[in-house]
Amino acid sequence: MASASAPAPAPAPAPAFEYAPAPESRSVVDIAPSYGLFIDGEFTDAADGKVFKTISPSTEEVLSEVARAGAEDVDRAVKAARRAFEKWSALPGSERAKYLFRIARIIQERSRELAVLETLDNGKPIKETRDADLPLVAAHFFYYAGWADKLDHAGYGANPRPLGVAGQVIPWNFPLLMLAWKIAPALATGNTVVLKPAETTPLSALFFADICRQAGLPKGVVNIIPGYGEAGAALVEHPDVNKVAFTGSTAVGKAIARQVAGTHKKVTLELGGKGANIVFDDAPIDQAVEGIVTGIFFNQGQVCCAGSRLLVQESIQDELLESLKRRLSTLRLGDPLDKNTDIGAINSAEQLARITALADTGEAEGAERWSAPCDLPSSGYWFAPTLFTGVTQAHTVARDEIFGPVLSVLSFRTPDEAVAKANNTQYGLSAGIWTEKGSRILAVANKLRAGVIWANTFNKFDPTSPFGGYKESGYGREGGRHGLEAYLDV
Amino acid sequence: MPTTAPAFADATASDGALRRFLHGLPGVDTVGLEARAASLGTRSVKTTSKAFAIDLAISMIDLTTLEGADTPGKVRALCAKGANPDPTDRTTPRVAAICVYPDMAQTAKEALAGTGIKVASVATAFPAGRAALPVKLADVRDAVEAGADEIDMVIDRGAFLSGHYLKVYEEIVAVKAECGDKARLKVIFETGELSTYDNIRRASWLGMLAGADFIKTSTGKVGVNATPPNTLLMLEAVRDFKAQTGIQIGVKPAGGIRTTKDAIKFLVLVNETVGEDWLTNEWFRFGASSLLNDLLMQRQKLSTGRYSGPDYVTVD
Repeated sequence: MASASAPAPAPAPAPAFEYAPAPESRSVVDIAPSYGLFIDGEFTDAADGKVFKTISPSTEEVLSEVARAGAEDVDRAVKAARRAFEKWSALPGSERAKYLFRIARIIQERSRELAVLETLDNGKPIKETRDADLPLVAAHFFYYAGWADKLDHAGYGANPRPLGVAGQVIPWNFPLLMLAWKIAPALATGNTVVLKPAETTPLSALFFADICRQAGLPKGVVNIIPGYGEAGAALVEHPDVNKVAFTGSTAVGKAIARQVAGTHKKVTLELGGKGANIVFDDAPIDQAVEGIVTGIFFNQGQVCCAGSRLLVQESIQDELLESLKRRLSTLRLGDPLDKNTDIGAINSAEQLARITALADTGEAEGAERWSAPCDLPSSGYWFAPTLFTGVTQAHTVARDEIFGPVLSVLSFRTPDEAVAKANNTQYGLSAGIWTEKGSRILAVANKLRAGVIWANTFNKFDPTSPFGGYKESGYGREGGRHGLEAYLDV
Repeated sequence: MPTTAPAFADATASDGALRRFLHGLPGVDTVGLEARAASLGTRSVKTTSKAFAIDLAISMIDLTTLEGADTPGKVRALCAKGANPDPTDRTTPRVAAICVYPDMAQTAKEALAGTGIKVASVATAFPAGRAALPVKLADVRDAVEAGADEIDMVIDRGAFLSGHYLKVYEEIVAVKAECGDKARLKVIFETGELSTYDNIRRASWLGMLAGADFIKTSTGKVGVNATPPNTLLMLEAVRDFKAQTGIQIGVKPAGGIRTTKDAIKFLVLVNETVGEDWLTNEWFRFGASSLLNDLLMQRQKLSTGRYSGPDYVTVD
């Protein structure tokens, strides 16, 4: 049959189509040997003179030395924000909007520089910082700039008032994007900000401080205080902070909730997740495979809303897993600055150790481990894309958030069982539904207890869409009109 | 005429069975397919890999002229160009085939003698395909007798869109029989007229079941021709078909691919979807005319470090 009998051109030996290295130029970003805290419009040393080093997780090279905020610095920053609050909140919304639009435009103009910087400091591939992080950062500022003079129409009554000083603590997985999620709505609504970036990724926030100066933002409106957990705790505890916004682990989120209990402070928490990606037997299989990959391997799985549990209908399990493994074998792991890299480095030695320990637990508990064949670089923090099959609800890898490129595969037989398993978690941040049947999407989505539900896609973000969790994934919403509420006295 | 892969013999037993089979294929999510194609389009292919890709792309071209104004002189010029694409650099690979109308097949065959370049002829009342089956078969016979090594047939899109899948299938089977062991058969779906990705996946399977050696996007004569998403989808189809039957089928995007950058994007699709088994002109082709000169200009740029210009490559 077919070609067997027909004449074919003499087959030439086909050498593999290897992509030559295509690194993005590092020279577009100029990282200073040291950085101070950004308080009241100036870069200053920490009161106690402490500093810490920030490294590139893909090479372990020291990128810069950064001032480490302590309680005294937090107090200075909050006082600066308080001083700035009166004038900033009294500005007409249209004037605040001008600053936000200006910041958004500067981010776009400097996006290549910021993408390279973020890739260096975080370890994520340039493809992602260039095509996802930075466009979303700018979009967030543009979006909330648009709200600044329309707050009367946000559904919170006429002339809704800001809260005051917002203390914001953000994680290392999307350093600049989480900053945008926090700062853009806070400023649009007339609050002033003290923001603590994560200790492993302080640089893009410090570059943002420079952008605030470039945009002529009044001093004290935005203060950036890099530091460790103790600085975050001091910020949360500070009596003159009116609003606490935190994105990070559930353990720290719980501690913050206890800390602020009984105070006047308004709190939003974006915490962990163990998102279920549910693939029905009538799913568009090739696109579902892409969605599974995006769901758990985007940003090396260091995503709170990652689709870390694959729930696949038993009737297509073998076929889907075969496709998935074939696809994972094509992922390109390596130099995050290379434009062809799909999988970058894990953010820190500490996180790598956590991922490794949880994956080992998965094996010890009897789940079957499979990792994509790839060579891991000899320096830096790396973990090959991995999946576990034979996982049940009782396995640790199906319950605990791993926050790494590790997928747990579970199966189900009926839609009800899929829903029951998807909801059987302490978390409730995200879920995905894959089916060509529209009515099934709606029926299942209505039963899932998760803040974000994607249908036939995963990990799609947009500033107009509210984002937040159920259960131990936190409370409050960021993004969209809903995101304004967290920063208004309503 | 047992042409269907044995694994799927039941699928083509009747119109109903064929419909159930084709409609039972997994659906295609438009947004997801286009996003995947776009994402592969961001691959950065530079230096040595670009040089490799350019030569590979040249060797995969079905250099095409399908105009009412075609003459033997024009076809001979095109053949000369295909055999020696860059007269200033003899290391340039030859194209895979010269693609012409059936009445030009003999001219092409003579002009290409000794070059190893194939003669591809469109047939079956190309491009509309609106003729009776005996006329289409006569068209194929003429081309094969004139020396065509490859036949590019069009499917009956009217029959396909009205759900008469078995009619489309039987036509392909009949054309395949007419080609016999003399010519490889490329089946053109005219994806722009099939309109939906679900239809393109169904047509791909229909063509493969009926014995196509190649599945091909389009004629180049309608508004939408080869695109990265529709070619990606067809690559997924040949990948799945090989996994289930062991039979390898080629893919030919045609029409609208004009630049080196575009061609490299298609090669990336091949590389990352079906892999190196398909990275040869035996299994992947570009139906193109103006693409060749852009590839040649980029090739000259890579080897000399300078951009030349359209006067430094030959017009057809």
